Amino acid sequence: MKQVWAAILIWLAISVTSALAVTPAEQLRDPALEARARVISKGLRCVVCQNQSIDDSNASLAADMRVLVRQRILAGDTNTQVTQYMVDRYGNFVLLRPPVKRNTYALWFGPLGFIGFGALIFWLTARRRKNPKIAPAGTENPDEKQRIDELLEQYRK
Amino acid sequence: MKFRLSALIPLLIFSFIGLALAIGLRNDPRAMPSTMIDRDMPAFTLQAVSDDLPLLQHSDLLGKISLLNVFGSWCTACLHEHPTLMRLSRQNRIAIYGVDWRDTPSAGANWLRVNGNPYAAVGLDSQSHLAIDLGVTGAPETYLIDPKGRIRFKQIGPITEQVWRDTIEPMVRLLEAEQ
Amino acid sequence: MAAEVGNIALIIALLLALIQIVAPLVGAGLSNLRLMHLSGFTAIGQLLFITIAFLALSVAFIGSDFSVALVARHSHSLKPLLYKISGVWGNHEGSMLLWVLILSLYGAMVPIFGRALPIRLKSLALSIQGMIGAGFLGFILFTSNPFLRLFPIPLDGNGLNPLLQDPGLAFHPPFLYLGYVGFSMAFSFSVAALIDGKVDALWAKWLRPWVLAAWSFLTIGIALGSVWAYYELGWGGWWFWDPVENASLLPWLAGTALLHSTLVVERRYALVNWTVLLGILTFSLSLIGTFLVRSGVITSVHAFASDPERGVYILGMLLVLSGGALLLYALRSSKLRIGNGFEVLSRESGLAINNILLVCATAVVFLGTFYPLLVDIFSNDKISVGPPFFNLYFGYIMGALIIFMGIAPMLKWRHDSAKRMIRPVLLLVGATLFVAILVSLFGKSVLGGLGIGLAFWLFGGTLMNWAAKVRLGRISFTRSVALARTLPAGIYGFVLAHIGLAVCVVGVTGMGLWSSEQILMMQPGQQTRLGGYAIQLDQVTHETGKNYSAEIANFTLLKKDKTAAQLRSERRFYPVRGMQTTEAGIHVRPGHNLYVAVGEGAPDRGWAVRIYYHPFVSWIWLGALLMALGGFVALADRRLRLPSAQRNTGLANKAVSSPVSGAAT
Repeated sequence: MKQVWAAILIWLAISVTSALAVTPAEQLRDPALEARARVISKGLRCVVCQNQSIDDSNASLAADMRVLVRQRILAGDTNTQVTQYMVDRYGNFVLLRPPVKRNTYALWFGPLGFIGFGALIFWLTARRRKNPKIAPAGTENPDEKQRIDELLEQYRK
Repeated sequence: MKFRLSALIPLLIFSFIGLALAIGLRNDPRAMPSTMIDRDMPAFTLQAVSDDLPLLQHSDLLGKISLLNVFGSWCTACLHEHPTLMRLSRQNRIAIYGVDWRDTPSAGANWLRVNGNPYAAVGLDSQSHLAIDLGVTGAPETYLIDPKGRIRFKQIGPITEQVWRDTIEPMVRLLEAEQ
Repeated sequence: MAAEVGNIALIIALLLALIQIVAPLVGAGLSNLRLMHLSGFTAIGQLLFITIAFLALSVAFIGSDFSVALVARHSHSLKPLLYKISGVWGNHEGSMLLWVLILSLYGAMVPIFGRALPIRLKSLALSIQGMIGAGFLGFILFTSNPFLRLFPIPLDGNGLNPLLQDPGLAFHPPFLYLGYVGFSMAFSFSVAALIDGKVDALWAKWLRPWVLAAWSFLTIGIALGSVWAYYELGWGGWWFWDPVENASLLPWLAGTALLHSTLVVERRYALVNWTVLLGILTFSLSLIGTFLVRSGVITSVHAFASDPERGVYILGMLLVLSGGALLLYALRSSKLRIGNGFEVLSRESGLAINNILLVCATAVVFLGTFYPLLVDIFSNDKISVGPPFFNLYFGYIMGALIIFMGIAPMLKWRHDSAKRMIRPVLLLVGATLFVAILVSLFGKSVLGGLGIGLAFWLFGGTLMNWAAKVRLGRISFTRSVALARTLPAGIYGFVLAHIGLAVCVVGVTGMGLWSSEQILMMQPGQQTRLGGYAIQLDQVTHETGKNYSAEIANFTLLKKDKTAAQLRSERRFYPVRGMQTTEAGIHVRPGHNLYVAVGEGAPDRGWAVRIYYHPFVSWIWLGALLMALGGFVALADRRLRLPSAQRNTGLANKAVSSPVSGAAT
């Protein structure tokens, strides 16, 4: 088993290292089209390197995907069509920004829930703290602190 | 004894996370559900690796059960599965075709000369055209294709003897039974 | 020889840890002082023996002893000495050894510095510390033993991954572990307090320095990792939201919350239950991070060679330690004395909001990191959660946090009047709006105005707070200066750390909104312009380093036709691993960096060159450094000193275990 893992790691390592991200040779002449290509590439995940966009990745597969993105643009595809082209082949996995759909509701709306829950807790706590019957306003008393300090001082000696 | 129900919340959340992690441990994060399963093999044109090796055509993959193996001379994990592919090929167990991915013809041909050639036909995909159409993420990857030219299964990582015995051969048997 | 010594030392350390688990529990049950005191000796003993083991492994690495399998796999005789040393922890087994070394270091601090602590609390906490130690020592001995021998002995080793052969990264793991292992103290003492059924100001006073230290180390560790990614990965990214990075950010965020909540417990004896819970949570997140990096549950570029067997072990440990602690919390937290109340408009309330926001940020990062795993398990889909998700929610929450940070520290403890706050807040709002509008106009970016505005808000608010503390303008200047000198170190820690965050925000904003780049083929002699510089490729040469060969591109940077700097960028090839890395050439200025990275090329077609202009990017790490510095400065605060040594468990404990309260600061 260990050997297989080692082999897979080597396989990953090799596919990860080669050229730099976006190279001059790949770039489109038309700056407007190139800008579109960059925007699309930044949203597509390099499938061999985990959580890196193909725009940032040095992997050779990412380089080929960048070229393909540019070919699709030259062929007249819209941004959505290019992205869809990749999703057709690699699934939603290839999107760095997961689509909002049933299995991602918890992801996209969860954080709002956290904030709401936090606000609720604060409100409940603040209300409870105001009610002296449930929690006494505290035993703070400067004299008491002084007394303790004196006591501590005594033990120090 | 005083007991606050709310004090249980952290434990409950943690239990859920712990459970998810435990199930997650049994998952292989690299196993990608292929979008290509049960879809037709895409059309492709590949370059020849060498003049004396038959060039892989789309029509090769029709009419019989076959394995399409993505490899490359740069791929060390491919060496790991090579003995198994060689054995299957020698025993004529199943037709095996090769896609030499992101390689140069000379390096690919040399690799096959040194390590042996299990493939009935090979093609070179130097710019990942076929690889991206297949949703390949790394080498080696192997596709099981039925006689109608549909992709039925995708193996990510090397086909060791164990993988062949436990995973792929049973599926081949199933396909054979379908005929 | 060294390997055997190391192995035996580890086994002895494990035995000591086992004694340390049992003795205090039995001792506390029987009220046997001697048994309880035993835990102090075992803690120091563990440190001693783990140090021996660690030195033994270091000897094997430095001496290139390839009969040790780990050395053969991860070192090479030609490697520079620094990387032979850092190679000790540049792999799974060695880094786990560093992990337990640091754990035992913290553990040994308890008997050394905690003389004033009640013996019950101290020994119970050491028992928990012993459980963590025994767990991880067992993990090392049974699943990841660094001392296994190899036969036949290879002539040379495999070498260290070249990406890791870097001074910045050499020190990244030690700092990181000093950070998140340090939170084990919070965990142990929280659990001990739950067993003991008692939390008091002394408890918080004792805990705070350890949380501060751990937090500061973690801050440096994370910053080092980020700097490394910036110059080594060749395109100038500094944060990827990669699962492994998130694994270190999670305990940092929770630890930041803990840092503030222990303050509330210490000064006001409020948020008591919450702080205990947070102490458990923070270290649990460290454990989850360790699990994440080493189990292979989630793939990451940075992950160590992962092995499901190790994953099962760490998960088991996580379930026992964190699950046990949370169960204890569910059963026993109601025993703790209920905390003091506070008004909505008070320092406590501000810190409570800080905690809620930080925990929300933790939850968001956690959700984003683990969501792909959940989708994988519960549906037949596979998704990625990338920067767009994290940037969105994390950005909003941090924005809200900074808004609170600007004014909340001005609030008084217990209760404050809105009327008193109106003047300073209006002043701050006015100044911030002015800055934000100015930046929006000149930077041609509303978002930029927002980002810099937030940074200014935090900076201004923090300074105003300090000014109020020294009564600047109310009393004569010389008296203000005199007052400034007598302010407790904690206040300067707060000022530094909060300003550090403001500095960091400037960096993030500048990098995110105003950076620019050029990607082109260049021939020697050719020039291009970016960010007010002319960049010229002078020549491309070849060089051979100790364990690599390199193609070196030399650049001249011109500003207004004068040479501003000479830069070199390298593409290195490491034959032992067959890997290539890029070393970027970076011209670092206070306000911006110019970043040059050379790619593939040949004399006939020229070289691919990527040039970036990164405004304020260094401020990100400068800010992190200020934050860490703030943490260390606060450590010097005299108010954190425990009352001097006392051995008896009689009256003195009774006196300090009642909440110490009063008008602090």
